[in-house]
Amino acid sequence: MAYFSEFTYLAASILFIFGLKALSHPDTARRGMNLAAFGMLLAIIGTLVRHEILRYDWIIAGLVIGSAIGAAMSIWMPMTAMPERTALSHSFGALAASLVGISEYYRHGAELGAFKMTAIGFEVMFGGITVTGSIMAFAKLSELVRGSPITYKGQNILNVSLFVVTAVIFITLIFLPGSSALFYTMVGLSFLFGILLVLPIGAADMPVVMSLMNSYAGLASAATGFALSNNVLIIAGTLDGFSGFILSILMCKAMNRSINNVLFGAFGAEASGTATQTEGVMREVSTEDVAVQMAYARQVVFVPGYGMATAQAQHVVRELAELLEARGVTVKYAIHPVAGRMPGHMNVLLAEANVPYSSLYELEQINSEFPTTDVAIVIGANDVVNPDARDNPQSPIAGMPILEVDRAHSVVVLKRGRGKGFSGLENPLFFKPNTGMLYGDAKSSLSSLTHAVQQA
Amino acid sequence: MSPEAFISALYVFALAAFLGYQVISRVPPLLHTPLMSATNAISAISLVGSLVTAGGDYNLTSTLLGFAAVIAASINVVGGFMITDRMLKMFRRKEQIQH
Repeated sequence: MAYFSEFTYLAASILFIFGLKALSHPDTARRGMNLAAFGMLLAIIGTLVRHEILRYDWIIAGLVIGSAIGAAMSIWMPMTAMPERTALSHSFGALAASLVGISEYYRHGAELGAFKMTAIGFEVMFGGITVTGSIMAFAKLSELVRGSPITYKGQNILNVSLFVVTAVIFITLIFLPGSSALFYTMVGLSFLFGILLVLPIGAADMPVVMSLMNSYAGLASAATGFALSNNVLIIAGTLDGFSGFILSILMCKAMNRSINNVLFGAFGAEASGTATQTEGVMREVSTEDVAVQMAYARQVVFVPGYGMATAQAQHVVRELAELLEARGVTVKYAIHPVAGRMPGHMNVLLAEANVPYSSLYELEQINSEFPTTDVAIVIGANDVVNPDARDNPQSPIAGMPILEVDRAHSVVVLKRGRGKGFSGLENPLFFKPNTGMLYGDAKSSLSSLTHAVQQA
Repeated sequence: MSPEAFISALYVFALAAFLGYQVISRVPPLLHTPLMSATNAISAISLVGSLVTAGGDYNLTSTLLGFAAVIAASINVVGGFMITDRMLKMFRRKEQIQH
């Protein structure tokens, strides 16, 4: 029987890799993930028949409760709450790894060898940081805690010293695995560090935090694999860890910032650098004018941002787009990598609203098209279309790749009010002569636009 | 854990990291949200460790820790695969969308 479970683990590892490989295209992705899910089922069955398992009462209760919660969350959670759900699931994954680590330590304690102690140490450290860090991210995303960076004097020094203390305890434990007080202190400090790490990070930087937590949760699982000498855990955890790591890098590149800057820079709290002094006035336009422009355009590009998600406007956007397409207008969507609160956030929302993925364009694909675009409609996006990033080297967001909507013949910005964006930066785009501002809730603005296009 | 076992685990880790980098850098930004929930579901394979902890009958503390871990990990296994599928179902080409 021992060999049977090893074979199921091998099969699961292979199927997981096939599953992830299938994610390289939307057409193959679903089947690939079904394979991966099948692999998971095999591994679970392979584990349940292992001779170490002596009683099934707690296992069955746990599986039933967990599956019910997981299924309920995935069926009823609205797509707009995807970032919150993902943050929670990072927390659950890391919690499972930490608990297994704590239990391993509780059982073996002083008899642990240096290698196994190292593995357990990484497991509970990554696990602990991710559990509380992700809960913090969840709290910020769901606005239980204010989304703007929370800073105080000596914050970075406190965080760094906390990290150093934790690391010293960890190293001591490798040599003195029996000192259980140190172990539980390390667990506690890891939980504390997770909270303090995410506290100063603003909601607009959440795509990076989410990716980082994704990575840590995976590494905690991989460390569990080291502690239990289980290869499928190492493989799956490492795949997850690296996926999160790659996403973190991509998100940082899309903001032209380093990981350090995101984690310790408390962006948006204090303004560093200088924004371009904006002159002129913001020109307000009427729904009817915009509707006429769009109705007689050759190409219209929609640029969604987090504002589209908060206003739940994705369905109205699609209705408007279909109406325009029926009139012969070419409609495209320009998606910035950090638009929204997690990687790919906008794509999922638009897909949910039945927008075909062939109409969604990435930054590099769409930027060359703006000069030949008649109308660009910015829906609740701000920093990702701020021309200062390109034109003003002193700007705090200088060098960040942007969607160059200002090169379109005409730009319409849908915005809730006259206030500044999330980062608190002035956006010169709003003051350009070819930009018109349409104030109000994105959803109601778009439905009145749809109505007006029907009349045009 | 013997040094040999640790070294061979390191081999697995290094090769998986390399493979992961190759496979995941091919995933288009379009699917980055499903990618995150998919990898999250896959790494919930730590359920395997939780099951042994919960069912090993070592002592009450271990069993309870394992029980909580089984709940947390199975939320991710079931929820992760289901929500990934729900998302992937939505990504359609123009001709696949019916009205």
